[in-house]
Amino acid sequence: MALSREQLAQRVAQELQDGYYVNLGIGIPTLVANYVPAGIEVMLQSENGLLGMGPFPTEAEVDADLINAGKQTVTMAKGASLFDSAESFAMIRGGHVDLTVLGAFEVDVNGNIASYMIPGKLIKGMGGAMDLVAGADNIIVTMTHASKHGDSKLLSNCTLPLTGKGCIKKVLTDLAFIEIKDGKFHLLERAPGVSVEEIAKLTAGELVIPSHVSEMKF
Amino acid sequence: MAGFNKVVDSYEAAMAGLEDNMTIIAGGFGLSGNPENLIKEIKRKGTKGLTVISNNCGTTEHGLGILLFDKQIKKMVASYVGENANFETQMMSGELEVELTPQGTLAEKMRAGGAGIPAFFTATGYGTPVAEGKEVREFNGRNYILEEAVTGDFAIVKAWKADTFGNLVFRKTARNFNPLAATAGKITVVEVEEIVEPGELDPDEIHTPGIYVNRLIKGTFEKIIEQRTVRS
Repeated sequence: MALSREQLAQRVAQELQDGYYVNLGIGIPTLVANYVPAGIEVMLQSENGLLGMGPFPTEAEVDADLINAGKQTVTMAKGASLFDSAESFAMIRGGHVDLTVLGAFEVDVNGNIASYMIPGKLIKGMGGAMDLVAGADNIIVTMTHASKHGDSKLLSNCTLPLTGKGCIKKVLTDLAFIEIKDGKFHLLERAPGVSVEEIAKLTAGELVIPSHVSEMKF
Repeated sequence: MAGFNKVVDSYEAAMAGLEDNMTIIAGGFGLSGNPENLIKEIKRKGTKGLTVISNNCGTTEHGLGILLFDKQIKKMVASYVGENANFETQMMSGELEVELTPQGTLAEKMRAGGAGIPAFFTATGYGTPVAEGKEVREFNGRNYILEEAVTGDFAIVKAWKADTFGNLVFRKTARNFNPLAATAGKITVVEVEEIVEPGELDPDEIHTPGIYVNRLIKGTFEKIIEQRTVRS
């Protein structure tokens, strides 16, 4: 079975380590905050100027001056700090964030990522994504492995305009956990009940399959 | 003698001197911390051919978005424009020129513009459409692109509190691009929720010193929330 959105978030959460500063992108990455393992402390960075983002507010706590990068109302966790956008991106671009999780339309075997624009169709802008992928060393891309029509999103070369070049090393899809190195995809884990053959069929870029591929555990 | 007193008594006076084809830098992240009344004054004035530099272009109905109704904006420099339906229509029809700029690069362009730094190198955008036509330099084995600073004929800013000298304090994530915009305007206009006398703000709590501020006005704010999300 392909992973649900919640399972994707849960699997990413297993990569969290105690004391990590983490930036979570909009969509599935945001859900990761719900699955921080017990006994671990992480601090969430929100690119609009908040380090130490808390849960959504109660009705009484709603504050127009306190939002996240998705423009949703949020709260501050204990020990939070506030700053301007240049400071926020100094943290991001300067490599001070320990883990970045974001979505994508396509990734390729050279670690390129396309996530912000579909020419002629979708023009919204890159927001902070280009800074995030350029600045972070430890990035996990979460995405579906293939489109609804069965077209692979793990390619030899990205076809859409790039968000970043040669910057992605880990991809978690609804079917597999994959590492990118030496110009190839390397299969690390498969989703429960998903066969290696199925993953290989839906991976357009070169995929290295070790003799044993373990199932993800939840 | 006005001395250091920056307070003006009307929005008309706040935006006096804004002319067609000028460049405006605006603070705000979405509608949070956007200078909503200064934007309304620009709409009322009907100034056209504007270049606007801001992270977003408001929503369809609010913030900078209202300047699209009468096509007052000629060019928009922003990182994300997905919340405004008119924006996409005018961009697709070619009536509106758009320069999509990564958010961190945009913040740094304003900071550099205000700090007298004409350009800077960043890895952000290297190898992407953002890098097209820009100088590339290698430092320590990595490629960086040259990004130029921005300044505005006007900067429009929303702060929380100010003293009459224009020393500013922002509130929570409504700070965002506002302090950066404040430094980068030839004329920086700030609207606030509260104005106090000099000496009433703790000098240690001032986010933006008054030297950057030319005009100050007290307003009342709608503070529209784009995505009201609550937990039960």
